[in-house]
Amino acid sequence: MENTFNKNASSKVPPSEGFREAYILHLADNSLILGQRNSEWCGHGPVLEQDIAITNISLDLIGQARNFYQYAATLINNQSAAKVSPPAGGGDLEGAATEDSLAYLRKEEEFKNCLLVEQPKGDWAQTILRQFFFSQYQYLLFQQLQNSKDEQLAAIAEKSLKEITYHLRWSSEWVIRLGDGTDESHQRMIKAIDELWKYTGEMFKSVSYELRAASEGFGVDVSQLKEPWQKKVSDIFNEASLIPPSGGWGALMQTGGKQGKHTEHLGNIFIELQYMQKTYPGCDW
Amino acid sequence: MKTFIKKYYYGDIPDDKAGGNELKDSKTPPSGGRGADWPLWEVFIRSKQGLDHKHVGSLHATDAQMAIENARDVYTRRMEGVSIWVVESKYIHASNPEEAGELFEPAVDKIYRHPTFYDLPDEVNQM
Repeated sequence: MENTFNKNASSKVPPSEGFREAYILHLADNSLILGQRNSEWCGHGPVLEQDIAITNISLDLIGQARNFYQYAATLINNQSAAKVSPPAGGGDLEGAATEDSLAYLRKEEEFKNCLLVEQPKGDWAQTILRQFFFSQYQYLLFQQLQNSKDEQLAAIAEKSLKEITYHLRWSSEWVIRLGDGTDESHQRMIKAIDELWKYTGEMFKSVSYELRAASEGFGVDVSQLKEPWQKKVSDIFNEASLIPPSGGWGALMQTGGKQGKHTEHLGNIFIELQYMQKTYPGCDW
Repeated sequence: MKTFIKKYYYGDIPDDKAGGNELKDSKTPPSGGRGADWPLWEVFIRSKQGLDHKHVGSLHATDAQMAIENARDVYTRRMEGVSIWVVESKYIHASNPEEAGELFEPAVDKIYRHPTFYDLPDEVNQM
């Protein structure tokens, strides 16, 4: 990201955010955190070609996050400009939000990403399965989001959808390849399913800002994506000789990420993601 | 490590990486990192509509589908292409560098084979 830090931003939490901003930050955080997680493979991929593939996906996700953060920053700044007028000092708002301040300076409890995306990268099977679960979700979500009343969101969704279509294709094929591969790859997929299944339900459980965004016509009612998602996942699992774990679709699901209640793994991401800007506020390189 | 070069077979690629099927009979596991036991594929990219596919490099993949996707990720990240061809390296047969003399040198003194001794009509501009 380019260096757009406001030197005064470090000590401030972002100005107040409404449900609209919360919704956009939720979309941004999902992409940023998964992008950051996948980037851990950089230089460590199982083979050179897949190392490049997964880091390409990381960059796609971080690109999506940037689009959402930039838009959220604009909305947040407009909102606080309306509240505090004229801006103190007459010039730019002090501590104005930027894509960077939103990514690097918000606290853990202010992040609204799903628990699924913050889980450790695990082995290749776990990374693949998580990508498949999430890409399938994003694919359905962004298809709807293209029809958003909010033209900016619709445009970001449309642009991202091509990338997501590829992520879905790539991860689906890997799920099949590993599930239907050797004994070891099959076992690893089963272990990955056991590990990640409990985090899938959250994606389809709307929280307050999603409900409001959906009712206002610019967000998507994610509960409606659940059935098509299950259908697609079943199809790929069938092809991969895999089955959902015991409890299946009705298994107990972990939630809370969207409301800022995270697993301990998000804090670990922040150690890398936010270290520089928190230690050297506004640093330049 | 045993590294004999298979002379008549695609340049200088060591035998254990030359392709997939040979390995199935091999008693010893392939040397090199993980993925070295995957077949090698040659990648051809067409950069624009109307141009021809050009060889850009090679990569490892388990099957053609994966080879195309790997090629997409490795060789078209900077908008290099609109079309990808892949072919397993073992299906490419190469001329033997040692035979370069008899193969190519006889053409050196046959300059009359170049179309430089004719007056070309102006309309023909792709010669």
